[in-house]
Amino acid sequence: MELRKNYFADVRNDDLHEIGQPRPRSDSPGHVTGKTAFFADRNFPGMLHLKMVRSPHHHARIRSIDTSEAEKHPGVVKVLTAKDVPHNVYTILILIQIGPEDETVLADGKVRWKGEAVVAVLAETERAAQEAAAKVKVDYEVLPAVFDMEEALKPGAPLVNEYHGQNYYLYDSGECRKVRFGDVEAGFAGADHVLEQSYQSSPIEHAPTETTGCVVMPEGNDRFTCYTNTQAMFFTLDNTSIILQMPGSKLHFVGGTVGGGFGGKVDVIVEPIAILGAKLTGRPVSFIYSREEEMQISSPRAAEKVVIKDGVMKDGRIVARKVTGYTDAGAYSRHSPYGAQKGAGHYPGPYTIPNVWIDTYCVYTNRTPSSAMRGFGVTIGDFALEVQMDKLARLIGMDPLEFRFINAYRDGDMKAHRQPTEGAALIECMQEASRAANWPVAEKYMTMSSYKNGA
Amino acid sequence: MAKVPVQFTLNGSEKAEFVDSGTTLLHALRDKIGDTSPKGGCHQGTCGACSVIIDGELRLSCLTLAETCNGASVTTTSGLSEAGVLHPLQRAFLDAFATQCGFCTPGMIMAAKVLLDHTPNPSREDVVEALSGNICRCTGYEPIIQAVLTAARANSQHAA
Repeated sequence: MELRKNYFADVRNDDLHEIGQPRPRSDSPGHVTGKTAFFADRNFPGMLHLKMVRSPHHHARIRSIDTSEAEKHPGVVKVLTAKDVPHNVYTILILIQIGPEDETVLADGKVRWKGEAVVAVLAETERAAQEAAAKVKVDYEVLPAVFDMEEALKPGAPLVNEYHGQNYYLYDSGECRKVRFGDVEAGFAGADHVLEQSYQSSPIEHAPTETTGCVVMPEGNDRFTCYTNTQAMFFTLDNTSIILQMPGSKLHFVGGTVGGGFGGKVDVIVEPIAILGAKLTGRPVSFIYSREEEMQISSPRAAEKVVIKDGVMKDGRIVARKVTGYTDAGAYSRHSPYGAQKGAGHYPGPYTIPNVWIDTYCVYTNRTPSSAMRGFGVTIGDFALEVQMDKLARLIGMDPLEFRFINAYRDGDMKAHRQPTEGAALIECMQEASRAANWPVAEKYMTMSSYKNGA
Repeated sequence: MAKVPVQFTLNGSEKAEFVDSGTTLLHALRDKIGDTSPKGGCHQGTCGACSVIIDGELRLSCLTLAETCNGASVTTTSGLSEAGVLHPLQRAFLDAFATQCGFCTPGMIMAAKVLLDHTPNPSREDVVEALSGNICRCTGYEPIIQAVLTAARANSQHAA
């Protein structure tokens, strides 16, 4: 590996002496000896096991819930429904003022996706909890469901989430997040070619080897210690505090060791209900997703649809780009309004285009709520953009890498969302990639610089 | 529920427990005896995180009933290092950066140990085959394969 220190010479003068030197990971000795303490390695005497009764329907009204048989099941200690949860309607990002609260900890009057939590059963053994959960009787009135984003946006589509009132997230900019830069229609009118393509992706499950869960210990001082594999410790602490209407000083979260997360453990799902169970029973509580729950219940990466329309000149310049992005949030927001918004900022890609128009929608459907996963809001967009770049290069008969050199953003260029480009280093990365991949480009591209004056 | 006695050797020490009939070895090890080095990733025999060695053979402890282990000799990753000195496989995993989240690591080391016990000089294909029942989701397979090959070389040099 060659370090191109000249590019950043004016912003960093350090020697980077750690780069290229192996350094032992501090957590590895624990991993290889089996001593690393994952949350489920905590076992306390008298610990109860929590199992969830889940909706078998994609969309249904709950007429009634009968827990009497479950409560009589041997080994059952407590059965929880919506009325037991102090602040049952929440949304994770309310902490950064992204509302409204739109999701129930335990379903209240309605379920909006297949697998939604309805009743929590706490019992002496996992088996007793599972058996008792099967005895909970829920009377459902099945409602029409919508699974396709474009169908959900049509007038007359079934309303997924009443807390929003419409099947999209209402940004301060309206029905979608918008970026407007230059005059995109004029750009298309003056282009040699216009290419419009549509790209789609399915939800993707993170499938960590360690499933989502937590173990809660009620302490003698009226506090609760929660051992968890959350990836978002303070989101979890603060949301739990809101949901349980309990000051944060009563909550002690112990985490940091995650058996694979990849973004799949940033939601606040298992901790509040497990802590509530510990509070109401005075006993330690374990709530661990089964493998089936991990695959079917935990949030996947959102399904996305991306429509890209580009105007390109024969000389390789992209003169206009219009993108419409759809993010399938499923039934609840979780992190998706943020993901769709990120897409809006990102969609021009690392290219300087004078005329840009972007709309990104966060859409509600009766699918499993989606959330974070490795670069969510951006990853699928990059797949679409770079496939589109290859198609554009082919359209005008240009080498795909040279085509990217022509359009690459360089320091000082204004991005569509009005942030000036700085520290881009894209040209330098592509030069290195050209060498490493043995994909030669014309000499003029190998002498280009992200500094437009060539400094 | 009726309890059944279970007695076996774990990493050289005698262990005896009363368990519910039908209790898995994974459950007995983790929740009764307190050896949490085998992990429960799927509880259905597909991920390999619960792998242990029973009488020299690789076994999935989540699919093994504890009561079938009477009189057996059970080895787990927590029993591999002696007097604080890492086993060559543990050393190799450490040096080769073959761990990321660490959840699959104890199972991987068990599978690798059984391979090297039976096949001291494995080919790369042998290693891939031996680890094929162990899932790593941090995509660390390549360093894990390299770690096993490195440990095998260290063993053979030590033996020579």
